[in-house]
Amino acid sequence: MQTPKEVLIDPIFNNNPIALQVLGVCSALAVTVNMSTTLVMCAAVTFVTTMSNVLVSTVRNRVPSSIRIIVQMTLIASLVIVVDQILRAVAYDISKSLSVFVGLIITNCIVMGRAEAFAMQNGPWLSALDGFGNALGYSVILIAVALVREPLGSGTLLGYEILPRVADGGFYYTNGLMLLAPSAFFIIGLFIWGIRSWKPEQVEEPTYEIAPNMQYKEAM
Amino acid sequence: MLEHYLGLFIRAVFIENMALTFFLGMCTFIAISKKISTAIGLGVAVTVVLAITVPVNNLIYNYLLRDGALAWAGFPDVDLSFLGLLSYIGVIAAMVQILEMFLDRFVPRLYNALGVFLPLITVNCAIMGASLFMIERDYTFAESTVFGLGAGVGWALAITALAGVREKLQYSDVPEGLRGLGITFISVGLISMCFMSFGGIDI
Repeated sequence: MQTPKEVLIDPIFNNNPIALQVLGVCSALAVTVNMSTTLVMCAAVTFVTTMSNVLVSTVRNRVPSSIRIIVQMTLIASLVIVVDQILRAVAYDISKSLSVFVGLIITNCIVMGRAEAFAMQNGPWLSALDGFGNALGYSVILIAVALVREPLGSGTLLGYEILPRVADGGFYYTNGLMLLAPSAFFIIGLFIWGIRSWKPEQVEEPTYEIAPNMQYKEAM
Repeated sequence: MLEHYLGLFIRAVFIENMALTFFLGMCTFIAISKKISTAIGLGVAVTVVLAITVPVNNLIYNYLLRDGALAWAGFPDVDLSFLGLLSYIGVIAAMVQILEMFLDRFVPRLYNALGVFLPLITVNCAIMGASLFMIERDYTFAESTVFGLGAGVGWALAITALAGVREKLQYSDVPEGLRGLGITFISVGLISMCFMSFGGIDI
């Protein structure tokens, strides 16, 4: 049995939803071009994951297992509708620039995955911590990617200039690749490399071992 | 007229590829791309589901949810568009279920080949994403059929390409920390860069 602290802290580096469980990658990549949309997305995902874990865990003993997926989907979709409506009312510009990705929180595998894997077996309090922890793990990666992409891609951070661009009389040539889709893949790939060098137990077993080169010996 | 639809199809397959430009359906894309044969099976299933759900969601949006859409039933002032997300996911889940039963009854060979992947498609963001893009861009019924089909073909193409690369990668000597997931991300990035060269095409 995990202690509440482990449930909260583990998903950040030891069992990160993106880097180890391969959950919720879809939206992680598309919204990280600038920091402000990233922060809003993280807040939205944190809210939905925590609340959906609490709700699913509360009703877990009353729902027959044959219809549990539909019940979970309905709960999650309702929460996402709440987030979507709030965003449209409070921050319309950001909700426009996130376009379909707010709606896609419904199919974000972190939400569904944690509801199914953790909230169906545990009480509401632990489930809330688990949802919050996994959302934190997700946010850490998103913010790290945005921290690389926004300054290198457009010389700004949260809209403030930190690297003066050549176009504005500064020294920094903006790197256009950082604004495009593929850069996010490279950054996450390298990020995973970093985490796994730091925590070697996460390294995957090779499918095929390369045989040692015997030729030298034979020649003797 | 036909050119318009052809252009839309080509755009959906290459230029606005669901997986490589919008990162949709990434979880399944990365998790189930170790073998070419399973990748093709999943690609076909996704294409079928996309080609059915996008037009159906288009009808639901235009005749039930959109602002003033219920005028035919005598409620011209009702705007149900906030129920959108809930109904699209419902349609997708229902469609996947129906498709599963239909295949089980009439095409058992395909059903067995797809097996586990069918229920997984419900939570594939590419399906939901295509429906949401369709609403955002205000496609007509015919356009959304073409768009759904194109998006599915594009996704199937991308996952098959990645599976091909990964099958070869198994035999290569990758640095320890990068093995598995890390190198997969970097390969996806490279494939995605290749797809970007389709960018200027306009039909």
